[in-house]
Amino acid sequence: MSKWAAPTGVSLADCAQARLRGRYRAERRFRYCGIAAICLALGMLGVLFATILAQGLPVLTQTQIGLDVAFAPGILDPDGTGEAETLARADYRKLARNALRTVIPEASGRRDKRALAKMLSIGAEEELRDAVLADPTLVGQTKRIWLTAGADFDALNKGTIARTGAESDRRLSDKQIAWFDALDANGQVRRAFNSRFFTAGDSREPELAGVLGAVVGTLYALAITLLLAFPLGVMAAVYLEEFAPKNRWTGIVEVNINNLAAVPSIVFGLLGLAVFLNFFGLPRSAPLVGGMVLALMTLPTIIIAARASLKAVPPSIREAALGIGASPMQTVTHHVLPLAMPGILTGTIIGMARALGETAPLLMIGMVAFIADIPSRVTDPASVLPVQVFLWADAPERAFAERTAAAILVLLTVLVAMNLSAVILRKKFERRW
Amino acid sequence: MALTARRQVLETEPLATAKTAKVAAHGVTVFYADKQALEDVSMDIRGHEVTALIGPSGCGKSTFLRCMNRMNDTIAICRVEGEILVDGVDIYGPGVDVVHLRARIGMVFQKPNPFPKSIFENVAYGPRIHGLAENKVALDDIVETSLRRAGLWDEVKDRLNEAGTGLSGGQQQRLCIARAIAVSPEVILMDEPCSALDPIATARIEELIDELREKYTIVIVTHSMQQAARVSQRTAFFHLGVLVEQGDTEQIFTNPVEKRTQDYITGRIG
Amino acid sequence: MNLLTLTTALLVLAALAYRVGQRRALRLRTDQRLAALPSHYGAYVALWCGLPAAALLVLWLIGESQIVRLLVVGALPAESQGLAPAQLDLVLDEVARIAAGTNLFEDDSLAAAAARYSALRGISDLAKAVVVMAAAVAGLVAGQHLVVARLRARDAVERLVRGALMAASTMAILGTIGIVASMLLETIRFFQQVSPLAFFTGLEWSPQTAIRADQVGSSGAFGAIPVFAGTAMITLIAMIVAVPIGLMAAIHTAEYASPRARAIIKPLLEVLAGIPTVVYGFFAALTVGPTLRRLGDTIGLDVASESALAAGLVMGVMIIPFVSSLSDDVINAVPQALRDGAYALGSTQSEVIVRVVLPAALHGIVGAVLLAVSRAIGETMIVVMAAGLAANLSANPLQATTTVTVQIATLLVGDQVFDSAKTLAAFALGMVLFMATLGLNIIALRVVTRYRQAYE
Ligand SMILES: Nc1ncnc2c1ncn2[C@@H]1O[C@H](COP(=O)(O)OP(=O)(O)OP(=O)(O)O)[C@@H](O)[C@H]1O
Ligand SMILES: [Mg+2]
Repeated sequence: MSKWAAPTGVSLADCAQARLRGRYRAERRFRYCGIAAICLALGMLGVLFATILAQGLPVLTQTQIGLDVAFAPGILDPDGTGEAETLARADYRKLARNALRTVIPEASGRRDKRALAKMLSIGAEEELRDAVLADPTLVGQTKRIWLTAGADFDALNKGTIARTGAESDRRLSDKQIAWFDALDANGQVRRAFNSRFFTAGDSREPELAGVLGAVVGTLYALAITLLLAFPLGVMAAVYLEEFAPKNRWTGIVEVNINNLAAVPSIVFGLLGLAVFLNFFGLPRSAPLVGGMVLALMTLPTIIIAARASLKAVPPSIREAALGIGASPMQTVTHHVLPLAMPGILTGTIIGMARALGETAPLLMIGMVAFIADIPSRVTDPASVLPVQVFLWADAPERAFAERTAAAILVLLTVLVAMNLSAVILRKKFERRW
Repeated sequence: MALTARRQVLETEPLATAKTAKVAAHGVTVFYADKQALEDVSMDIRGHEVTALIGPSGCGKSTFLRCMNRMNDTIAICRVEGEILVDGVDIYGPGVDVVHLRARIGMVFQKPNPFPKSIFENVAYGPRIHGLAENKVALDDIVETSLRRAGLWDEVKDRLNEAGTGLSGGQQQRLCIARAIAVSPEVILMDEPCSALDPIATARIEELIDELREKYTIVIVTHSMQQAARVSQRTAFFHLGVLVEQGDTEQIFTNPVEKRTQDYITGRIG
Repeated sequence: MNLLTLTTALLVLAALAYRVGQRRALRLRTDQRLAALPSHYGAYVALWCGLPAAALLVLWLIGESQIVRLLVVGALPAESQGLAPAQLDLVLDEVARIAAGTNLFEDDSLAAAAARYSALRGISDLAKAVVVMAAAVAGLVAGQHLVVARLRARDAVERLVRGALMAASTMAILGTIGIVASMLLETIRFFQQVSPLAFFTGLEWSPQTAIRADQVGSSGAFGAIPVFAGTAMITLIAMIVAVPIGLMAAIHTAEYASPRARAIIKPLLEVLAGIPTVVYGFFAALTVGPTLRRLGDTIGLDVASESALAAGLVMGVMIIPFVSSLSDDVINAVPQALRDGAYALGSTQSEVIVRVVLPAALHGIVGAVLLAVSRAIGETMIVVMAAGLAANLSANPLQATTTVTVQIATLLVGDQVFDSAKTLAAFALGMVLFMATLGLNIIALRVVTRYRQAYE
């Protein structure tokens, strides 16, 4: 401590003063470090949300191209039968291509024609067919129909892919861009609300892909999870907290529950694969199995939350009920459990929210398959939202990246809704007493 | 399945005549795990009298009280030896229905503990689980009578559907008494029922206890000598887990046999 | 009658039984004292009616397919009867499809078996319905006869409910047993093919080559060291991000922030923990990875688009709230008296924190970090999406690397039959992962409890 040996001319007080200033500077630095840490963490959160919003929001609209389609009887109904079946089987691709070629006649030659055809999604054929089936009198007329644009042209319209630069690096050639611009100038391009994203299942074509299949799969899986984990969890918690004698066995059960809560989720996937699929022979990719695996994962969360809120019920309530001759079971079901319910529900919703975002164990039980249909039973093969996110994130097309972000937005919206409902539910229950 | 119910416990014996033992404890010894809390306590509690249990803190008054309706069963580490007879039947004997026993021997706790439900539900809960009312009218009737006997009716009759926890401390304690009365117990055990209350509320409860004596046998634990002297006919003094002395309240307070009792009531121990 | 109708019918009957029991008790009550409430007698009769019938139904469902199978095998063409069990299963599946009319093509050789199958199923369904309903009615009648005034119906019902509660509490044990058993069996099978020594010390991991016997290197290489090293590297990067940020954030919220700021900052940090990991994976793969690559390009570094760094950084962000909220708790638990002592000596706040509070909270913070490590090791989606598959044994965080969880996921996705060492390896890795996280959690818990005891 040589500093304390005051050199001549410098008093001890001065020295301490100087040191004090240094110490205050250190204090400030320390504080700034803390603030910086928080800003960094929250900044990351902000960047995450901003990226996802920026990428996902454009999916809300879909570019459509308005074409004057000539519903030629020669293509649709050459024999003039007017039967719905004939109409349903007609060659709508030809119809769509003809309509395109009439507006852009300069596209000749096979390559040009193929490039031009890319302007419409293959879903356009279906749209035309639906239009005809809905109104068979269209046959023989020419009418402007708004058809879904191809993914690249959709991106072009939204300005998310490059217009300039080396042509070979771009997804669209100068010619294609010029055609599109001509249509646009003509008022034949518009952006409409992308309802298909919310009403369709998965598809290989980004512009046709929707989240409904995954949403329904998620609902089925979570319903199974809730149905299994909630009653089992509450029952187990009630037993452990209110009835179990304090002995070795209950000790083992408790340790088990705590450990189960810390097991990585992918291990539950291994369990599901080995036990539910291979041993019990349950169907692959089914929300039923997914729900069972998630239930096992959620069970410890619910048990722990339920035990905590049972413990929080004041013992005087139990004494009061027992004191007037209620049986222990009546005490629990009439008084303790209802009082603990808000806490249990909150814990359950938090557990369910976690289950909702879980992906890894579902990959293990084969929920990664491409499934275009909307599942109608819990044993149907299905996808779930987070797995859909994973699948789309893996797809090479840029348009799928946007859809991934949009699916994430749907997922986050559901999560926020769940957490909000937890808060509201708790508030409502609290008010009763 | 235990279909062999014991009739003798299920049925209420004819009311014991005054001055005979309603509750009789013989050699009651209680352990919490290895720790002894009561040693060889024997005492008689007469019907239609108020018996006060006094003694310094931790001497085992509550423990003894809780033995009489087997509330100690809820404490896993608690072990009770000896016998306690209620109307001549050992309540620790085999085949006794604890739940029914607790309906016969009501309890009021130190801190008022109404259920977080409406005032009506608080009182109606006991009759409901014991099937004492066959219809709504009968239930209303029981609730009203109980609240009247507890001296609370006039204060709450217009807000029976409001939360019981919204009442004042003294009112809450009377609500708890009403709740205990509603199942028509024979004995009411009270563990320091006034310790959380102000003097005015205390006075009301003391009055009430005196009135209740007519229909019920009452055992009350209290730390207040004055209270014991005011409300009780019999007093028992506990010290360090043993029953030192019991007798008529008059005699205990004016002319105790034991030196320790003398010391306690004059404030030298405790 | 299908299962749903049967269960519904059973439930309806049980409800009816409840009414019957209750009514009977009410009648008895007119002249006798009941030992329980009428509703208890109702529940008692309902249980008599429902439980045995439900048990019977479950037994039937378990046994049914086996018995039908045995009988159908008899009707198969002779050459099919001698098939190995696995192939027999396929044939039987086809029989079931033919019977249901959903088979894609006709196969007349199986027609007899299909007819037999349909007939048996029909008989079984009918018999099942009859037997179950008969049992329910019998139970109802029996239960109703048992209702007398002395019957302690409440005790009986409550004992049963208690038993059910106890059974529920053992579910957690079943889960653990399921996990351990399923992984242990496959792990043992794996180690019969690959020696444990090679697995735990080998430096080369290339399980994909082991699929076909005629390939070069058909024995496959199952040296797990590169996989473990990749896990360790990503975990390390994540902790380098999460520990300082999480700890400083915890210090700030616990010691400096005003209650209002605290009430805002804490839940916001928790949001980081609530975001699904697949979202982080997306962020890492599509935003952080390319950004790092571009950054690397500008300063002349070669960053792979799937790099340990990208995965580790994002995982670190995800882990921040685990570190911060647990540390916050332990810092708050440090007794104020300790702080007061240091203040009284003229320390600044940061000096108090660094010299007094943190040392006192060290156990708890170490526990929190260990728990965070266990989270990081077990995290799957971020690494699957952003860290790549290549099992390089290198310390360069800018390259692609792989982790235990990535390997489990990629080895098993798309496989259902575990016969090759490749699929079994996933279970061995799973076992290692399970043991590692379990060990970390137990140690963390020990550390934290010891810390708590120090202040009690
Ligand atoms: N649940 C329990 N577990 C362990 N020991 C207990 C328990 N309840 C009471 N005891 C012990 O039994 C002894 C008697 O306690 P009791 O509550 O009966 O005393 P008390 O006379 O009611 O005291 P107070 O006047 O303070 O209420 C005490 O030493 C106490 O520590
Ligand atoms: Mg006491």
